[in-house]
Amino acid sequence: MSNAIHLHYEVSGEDFTRAGEASGAVKKRLKSLGFNPDAIRRTAIAMYEAEINMVIHADGGFCDVDIYPDRIEILLSDHGPGIPDVEKAMQEGFSTAPDNVRSLGFGAGMGLPNIKKYSDEMRIETTIGVGTNLYLTIKVSG
Amino acid sequence: MEKYFHSVQLDADRCCGCTNCLKRCPTEAIRVHDGKAKILSERCIDCGECIRICPHHAKKANSSKLEEIRDFEYTVAIPAPALFGQFNNLDSIDVVLTGLKRLGFDDVFEVSRAAELVSEATRRLIKENKLNKPIISSACPAVVRLIRIRFPELCDNVMPLMAPIEVAARVAKQEAMEKTGLPKSKVGVFFITPCPAKVTEIHSPNYTAHSECDGAIAVSKIYPELTQIMDHLTEVEPLGQSGLMGIGWATSGGESAAMLGDKYLAADGIENVIRVLEELEDEHIRGVDFIELNACSGGCVGGVLNVENPYVAQARIQKLRKFLPVSLNHLEEGQLTQMLWENELTYDADIFRLDKDISKAMEMMSQMEDIYKGLPHLDCGSCGAPTCRALAEDIVRGKAKETDCIFKLRAKIQNVYDQLKGTI
Ligand SMILES: Nc1ncnc2c1ncn2[C@@H]1O[C@H](COP(=O)(O)OP(=O)(O)OP(=O)(O)O)[C@@H](O)[C@H]1O
Ligand code: SF4
Ligand SMILES: [Mg+2]
Repeated sequence: MSNAIHLHYEVSGEDFTRAGEASGAVKKRLKSLGFNPDAIRRTAIAMYEAEINMVIHADGGFCDVDIYPDRIEILLSDHGPGIPDVEKAMQEGFSTAPDNVRSLGFGAGMGLPNIKKYSDEMRIETTIGVGTNLYLTIKVSG
Repeated sequence: MEKYFHSVQLDADRCCGCTNCLKRCPTEAIRVHDGKAKILSERCIDCGECIRICPHHAKKANSSKLEEIRDFEYTVAIPAPALFGQFNNLDSIDVVLTGLKRLGFDDVFEVSRAAELVSEATRRLIKENKLNKPIISSACPAVVRLIRIRFPELCDNVMPLMAPIEVAARVAKQEAMEKTGLPKSKVGVFFITPCPAKVTEIHSPNYTAHSECDGAIAVSKIYPELTQIMDHLTEVEPLGQSGLMGIGWATSGGESAAMLGDKYLAADGIENVIRVLEELEDEHIRGVDFIELNACSGGCVGGVLNVENPYVAQARIQKLRKFLPVSLNHLEEGQLTQMLWENELTYDADIFRLDKDISKAMEMMSQMEDIYKGLPHLDCGSCGAPTCRALAEDIVRGKAKETDCIFKLRAKIQNVYDQLKGTI
């Protein structure tokens, strides 16, 4: 479709208090576009979790967001360590987050399960030592 | 009449068109055009930040005059608890309350009394599990208005109870009517207000068709005369009827403390409030049942229509509360139902969206992104918009042009000059 909006954000791996900038910017744009509030909320939650994962587990990366009238497509891509066992990582409560991150309230192992819950489609491509691509689609109803 | 009533207004004679308020406004509701600030009515939440920051005192808050009480046969003053923190060496709030009567009111009814009722009602609703958690306080009208224009998903989390001021106005009016036998139209209830947001709330309430408050008089307006009177009182009437719980609502954290639980969060100052709302919307804040939000730093003691430094006022209020009983006001049978909202809180989707039609809005946003790329990203405010992004938005909305940016204008002039030079 021709009238899509493409947004690109670099996500720094250095300072995770800054994680959330990209999802925050996307949320603001979706509100200006007048998208259905439920779709906005689901996008913001899923994208934030994925952004945080990129910062905590993969030293940052980038996001590409394509906004269409009926859906939002997001790619989060990093050159981190990759995920050895995706099925296991998807389980609620599974986490390899280091202690310093846990003390800040991350590491409950709920990120990926929540991403799955709030998005309509989710696909992970990951290669050990190369990195991870996470593809998300949020459909807009009404 | 304008669609949106606002207490906050511009005094054009004093405005010199600087960028102080422009940069400070939390909803980007101010533009400077032709050397004067303009408030975009639909976006203003009457928080008063522009009044606070303006070095030329060109932003003002409209509120009632004391003379207006003469329009009624019987009048009741309902002071915000923040008023009690404005006086030096005050031993008892009875002095303030007696002073208000000498000022011309027939009676007084502290808003803090109603605050105790609201606290009890909230506790009861929480216990009965009737509310969407986390519950967001509905006491600060600037916050409620902000949620209505920017946080659609949070509208259902706002506590569906009237704010203490409305409850106080209703109870006080009813009591006065019973006491005097006068009809409603002859009894006037006046709020003594710390802020413009409450003035606006009385004129165009968020959750009821009509407020029972007949006016709101700024604390700062009556302050000089009231202190004079208080200094010369010969007799102090025992009028105070609130406990430390109700008075505590004057400062941030007071309303939360009255929830008697520990799963609460209290944030004050509009920027902090926005941060909390954003995080709530993204569900990053977990394990909290109740959220108290005050647009002003320190809570209502920080309201722009007060006279005293908020932190000094807060310290004084702590002192005044010390010897009071916990709570002196309790719900009567059936009272809670009367305190529930009459109207649901609705999201005002039109305020920030670019267009009703999503495809049109998307087209506008694409243009906006393109325009933004060409701007210098300095957010200097010289164009009259608070940020380069806001200018890009104004341009696609047809409210500004690219050459409003002085850098763009300079480039254009240079261009014309170069062309002219070429032709000679
Ligand atoms: N981008 C990534 N690169 C490498 N490993 C990842 C990445 N994203 C997730 N993982 C792995 O998957 C695990 C589960 O992720 P998930 O987001 O569910 O939990 P978490 O990040 O550990 O904790 P929480 O999200 O609850 O704070 C992580 O602990 C990590 O081992
Ligand atoms: S915090 Fe209190 S004083 Fe400040 S705007 Fe809100 S209600 Fe008014
Ligand atoms: Mg995670």
